[in-house]
Amino acid sequence: MRQPTGSAYFMDDQHPPLARHTLAILVDNEPGVLARVIGLFSGRGYNIDSLTVSEVSLETHLSRITIVTTGPAGVVDQIKTQLDRLVPVHSVVDLTLTGKSLERELMLIKVRGKGDQRAEALRLAEAFRARVIDATIESFIFEITGKPDKLDQFIVLMAPLGLVEVSRTGVAAIARGPEGMTG
Amino acid sequence: MTETMTGAEIVIRALADQGVAHIFGYPGGAVLPIYDALFQQNAIEHVLVRHEQGATHMAEGYARSTNKPGVVLVTSGPGATNAVTGLTDALMDSIPMVCITGQVPTHLIGSDAFQECDTVGITRPCTKHNYLVKDVNDLAQILHEAFFVATNGRPGPVVVDIPKDVQFATGRYVGPENVVHKSYHPKLKGDVDKIKAAVELLAGAKKPIFYTGGGVINSGPEATRLLREFAEVTGVPVTSTLMGLGCYPASGPQWLGMLGMHGTYEANNAMHDCDVMVCIGARFDDRITGRLDAFSPGSRKIHIDIDPSQINKNVKVEIGVIGDVANVLGDMLRVWRASGATLDASAMKEWWAEIDGWRARDCLFFRQSGETIKPQQAVKRLYELTKGPNTYITTEVGQHQMWAAQYYRFDEPNRWMTSGGLGTMGYGMPAAIGVQKAHPDALVIDIAGEASIQMCIQELSTAVQYNLPVKIFILNNEYMGMVRQWQQLLHGSRYSHSYSEALPDFVKLAEAYGASGLRCEKAGDLDATIRAMLDTPGPVVVDCIVDKTENVFPMIPSGRAHNEMLLGEAGEQRIDEAITDEGKMLV
Repeated sequence: MRQPTGSAYFMDDQHPPLARHTLAILVDNEPGVLARVIGLFSGRGYNIDSLTVSEVSLETHLSRITIVTTGPAGVVDQIKTQLDRLVPVHSVVDLTLTGKSLERELMLIKVRGKGDQRAEALRLAEAFRARVIDATIESFIFEITGKPDKLDQFIVLMAPLGLVEVSRTGVAAIARGPEGMTG
Repeated sequence: MTETMTGAEIVIRALADQGVAHIFGYPGGAVLPIYDALFQQNAIEHVLVRHEQGATHMAEGYARSTNKPGVVLVTSGPGATNAVTGLTDALMDSIPMVCITGQVPTHLIGSDAFQECDTVGITRPCTKHNYLVKDVNDLAQILHEAFFVATNGRPGPVVVDIPKDVQFATGRYVGPENVVHKSYHPKLKGDVDKIKAAVELLAGAKKPIFYTGGGVINSGPEATRLLREFAEVTGVPVTSTLMGLGCYPASGPQWLGMLGMHGTYEANNAMHDCDVMVCIGARFDDRITGRLDAFSPGSRKIHIDIDPSQINKNVKVEIGVIGDVANVLGDMLRVWRASGATLDASAMKEWWAEIDGWRARDCLFFRQSGETIKPQQAVKRLYELTKGPNTYITTEVGQHQMWAAQYYRFDEPNRWMTSGGLGTMGYGMPAAIGVQKAHPDALVIDIAGEASIQMCIQELSTAVQYNLPVKIFILNNEYMGMVRQWQQLLHGSRYSHSYSEALPDFVKLAEAYGASGLRCEKAGDLDATIRAMLDTPGPVVVDCIVDKTENVFPMIPSGRAHNEMLLGEAGEQRIDEAITDEGKMLV
């Protein structure tokens, strides 16, 4: 049976263009606040591509959550308003919509190999400005920061050279210019 | 000077300072200190329920009929999990509620202690907000915050989970006047520009409609007054959702009846054909819109809501005004008058002529013949014999709920308590008890079905204990009627597990509880039975035996648009062919 269109239950049948959005959320750093945010995403079927959270103000106990999500414009708008109505949320900004924001991510990546492979990994690491933070006779751990696609590319290059494991922080993002995000 | 007292005393003091007169609860190990403090005071009256779900629905009925928050007190573990249905119900229908749950002592949390559950974890998605209190010095502040959050902005349920050691510990009490919320500041005033644009759009309308919902009632009596004034000034027809019934009087000249899946022919056709729709405190629920891509295709829409996340959620609107209904309507009226706006008189005349054509179909027509009682007739007679400003109606969920919404007519807000969003069977009797507690001299009737009533039947005992004279009017068709109707329409009349075999004798059951029971089996006896119900003191259960296979009409079948309604007696469509295979997939 074909799924009917146009019903509240089958809105997925339409295929509006998907876009990647980076949201910055200022919240009270209280127990359960992250569970509230994540629960909202899982409960309403939204995607989380990346999530970063840490306290950013010791005096006011504010934490900043950065979420990268993918969805149609209407859904991303819903995500923003749904987040905004959570009681411990102070403010939500869609950094993708406000434009001109910077995104960085940190990655630790372990590569195992010998001989030419090892030399090649080191050469590529230099080209990507990755630092060696641990080395053994047969392995390196690199630390690299940059935009997520740069990190993706570095992983692709390391794959044939003995990639062992990857740990990424998720995206931290901030708007350019003198203005700050207010709680 | 700050006062110090135990956590349990702080709870009682905070409730008293919040103006709470009644709470609904059930004791247990983890709330005994609070029950002990309750024992030693007279400011707050406690109603002992028979099941925690009952307590939550009582609080809902209390809140819905008074616009004050309902308060629940339950123990840890099963006490909290039993409250989950009522919390979810209150969240869906935006009912202000504060639910205090006991918790195992702090040092036992996480150890799988006796009657331990992760209350804040379980209730996180079904509350507006919740708290676990870890320090007795935070308790007073949290309780006041809980009332603030429950009643401000879009109302909803708030849980405060208090470990037993915190109830015993001694700490500082602060009063409600010192509490300001850090992050929660809902916007109450609508943007002036948006309001001006909305007035301009409305003024240019040829076929306008007001689509009103529970938000008008939540906003308070002033919102209702302003809505009626705005409707009168503009002459715009008014319809309401299930939750909004009573915000515009059913006896008013511009009333179209309820809209949606079982709404009237005139309301749904007017929604479909309008050119400007003003949605006031409603949320474009799927029971309202029907098929979304065919929902009111030619209209431009204005949406007034206090919750920004409701704007453009299901239906895209041209103008979204975020604010409290009373505030926004007051501003719109001022702008409307100041700008000297009027609607095009001849266009409005044509619009009303069109509406009168739909009204003439008499979509709620039914035929009462013979002695078998038509459920519609039962509700109609009940209305005629009990109507008045001091009558409050609650319902369970199902066919009887829809017949009550269609045939009982409400002229005032806060007189109609029903589970709209969640559709909770078992809501009606406890809600009626809550209403009766708030309005001791009122006539409170639960219009029930024989299946729903059994889901919280134990609360009859509560009604008897507190001598709350609620009247329970059961439309008994021996079926889960709405399930049976859908099985008839969508599943080839295969009535899978929808027949209520082994029904109790409701008259004897009422008597066993210490209430009174009456039975009515013939149409000719309806009036006499209803009068006997009214004349009998104390709680009364009426077992009204009705036509077993009656269906609720009009009906917008699943997957259809507003202008594709099925009309029972008033129509001539073949019901069994009306729903497509695609529609059968929907709920």
